[in-house]
Amino acid sequence: MLYRENGQFKTSYVADQQIFPILQDRVAIALLLAFAFVVVPLVGNEYLFRAILVPFLILALAALGLNILVGYCGQISLGTGAFMAVGAYAAYNFEVRITGMPLLVSMLLGGVCATAVGVVFGIPSLRIKGLYLAVATLAAQFFVDWAFLRVKWFTNDSSSGSVSVADLRVFGVSIETPVARYLFCLSFLTVFALLAKNLVRGAIGREWMAIRDMDVAAAVIGIRPVYAKLTAFAVSSFIVGVAGALWGFVYLGSWEPAAFSIDRSFQLLFMVIIGGLGSIMGSFFGAAFIVLLPIVLDRLLPALGALVGMHFDTAIVSHVVFMIFGALIVFFLIVEPHGIARLWSTAKEKLRLWPFPH
Amino acid sequence: MGPFLETLIGGLMTGMLYSLIALGFVLIYKASGVFNFAQGAMVLFAALTMARFAEWIPQWTGLSGKLLVNLLAFGVAMLVMVAAAWLIERLVLGKLVNQEGITLLMATLGIAYFLDGLGQTAFGNDIYKIDVGLPKDPIFLFEKAFQGGVLINQEDLAAAVIAAALVAALAAFFQYTGTGRALRAVADDHQAAQSIGIPLSRIWVIVWSVAGFVALVAGIIWGSKLGVQFSLSLVALKALPVVILGGLTSVPGAIVGGLIIGVGEKLSEVFIGSYFGGGIEIWFAYVLALVFLLVRPQGLFGEKIIDRV
Repeated sequence: MLYRENGQFKTSYVADQQIFPILQDRVAIALLLAFAFVVVPLVGNEYLFRAILVPFLILALAALGLNILVGYCGQISLGTGAFMAVGAYAAYNFEVRITGMPLLVSMLLGGVCATAVGVVFGIPSLRIKGLYLAVATLAAQFFVDWAFLRVKWFTNDSSSGSVSVADLRVFGVSIETPVARYLFCLSFLTVFALLAKNLVRGAIGREWMAIRDMDVAAAVIGIRPVYAKLTAFAVSSFIVGVAGALWGFVYLGSWEPAAFSIDRSFQLLFMVIIGGLGSIMGSFFGAAFIVLLPIVLDRLLPALGALVGMHFDTAIVSHVVFMIFGALIVFFLIVEPHGIARLWSTAKEKLRLWPFPH
Repeated sequence: MGPFLETLIGGLMTGMLYSLIALGFVLIYKASGVFNFAQGAMVLFAALTMARFAEWIPQWTGLSGKLLVNLLAFGVAMLVMVAAAWLIERLVLGKLVNQEGITLLMATLGIAYFLDGLGQTAFGNDIYKIDVGLPKDPIFLFEKAFQGGVLINQEDLAAAVIAAALVAALAAFFQYTGTGRALRAVADDHQAAQSIGIPLSRIWVIVWSVAGFVALVAGIIWGSKLGVQFSLSLVALKALPVVILGGLTSVPGAIVGGLIIGVGEKLSEVFIGSYFGGGIEIWFAYVLALVFLLVRPQGLFGEKIIDRV
């Protein structure tokens, strides 16, 4: 009834090719953006921003980057944490070594460095495929972990690779308050999501998807696998690198290489798979699910224990959270192997027919 | 010559232990096409079960003989691993038939999280000891041939012998028993195997049980070396390059790959590590595997990957 495109005729190619062809979608997105930019900063409290929204936004950005590589181009990568680390440490170096470097520029340059590293570790993908490639990308993870621990130059001679930043300013405006940080991350995410959406529905995105679906056939119809795979690695690593810089600068403030360990790579891959491969929307859903789940479980379990008169200590709770997390992941994969994005599109289909499905 | 030989032999023996873990990966991948990231968690879980029951059984029953207690604990741990295999097949893999490789991979990661959490909830998260009486004292070989001879850790030697024996036993099991033949048939072609009446689900339970057995043995050996603790599940990450180097589908590949990685890792650490500031073991194995893969994308002994349009 409400969600139906009847009567919305397109009279130009521009109108036909816009991102949200249905009027209701455009309204909904505008409302959502207005809500996120205006209402949330007004009503949110500090805990909400610090512990939930900022990590969600940054990890959603990283998941978006990973989704371009895994979901759109079909190259499984287990080295995402490494590219985040490169982004964070490179941005740190630009910030520390060049006086008066604007924060935005050093973050984007951090992304550029991550791009370079990503392309180098993407070269094996031209030869190696599938699960072999997945394991081979772990080389990036371990190499980068080692480099930031052992090579003192990268970390400005700090011990054990731990670095910290303070007094972040963008265009002279301090972003030290939780609300400012939230808005900063949100702006990044909005811009990059728009860029990514436009990339994947353009020529390059179609090349990636052709490579994903069958690379030999794609090569036969004239798509250059080298170009397509390496651009996917480049774009993905750039976004992931910027997300890494945000994670270090805005969320953590001070960090060491362990913040970008292999667990981070797995976490991001979970987001992409659970959210939905090959879907921009899915990256957000996945990030929300994976960020919220442990927080909810952490609070829920002691409450449940108190209800039945049992007291769990924190170590037990953290192990049980691990268990439930693993079990829920498996459950989700069984119920909906195509991710939450698929559920979302099914819901939209249903909504179009509602309330008269026949 | 002495130090070189010492490093070489040390590397070969470590490599044998890597092969032991790699074997678990290969067995499951061959039979069900699942890249089992939970192998490390299984090693930890099995070792934890073994260590705790070896401690509990004397307390509960008053038995004292070390051999008897260890055997009983081994039996209990094996039962637990078989039960785990059955549950995994029943609850997870049976429901994910025909899904893509990456979905299955993520499912095994979920299993890994679950097992890590369960093991530490049920058995505690301290460092436990497994003592199965592996000899500890180092011995010297070739004392006549070189100055000072070659120092060998007896524990490593015993572990390498056990690993080699296990590999031989598994090879015989695959080659000469009816079940082994069925396993190979399933590995070759699921549908053909099913059509001649081999029950797939039972085969998968058996394969996961065998992988659980391998994990248990690996867990005991690594556990008595390093102590049973959480970091044991990370040992599997060191076995991954072994698997892709040798080829995901090849049992001999796992062994040769393990030896190459073990030797390469030790030699590189000793002879070129100092130029890089040390600690290069962890990524050297991966880079070595990567270089091999660039030449042979399917690993040394893996089946050739043929793309058809």
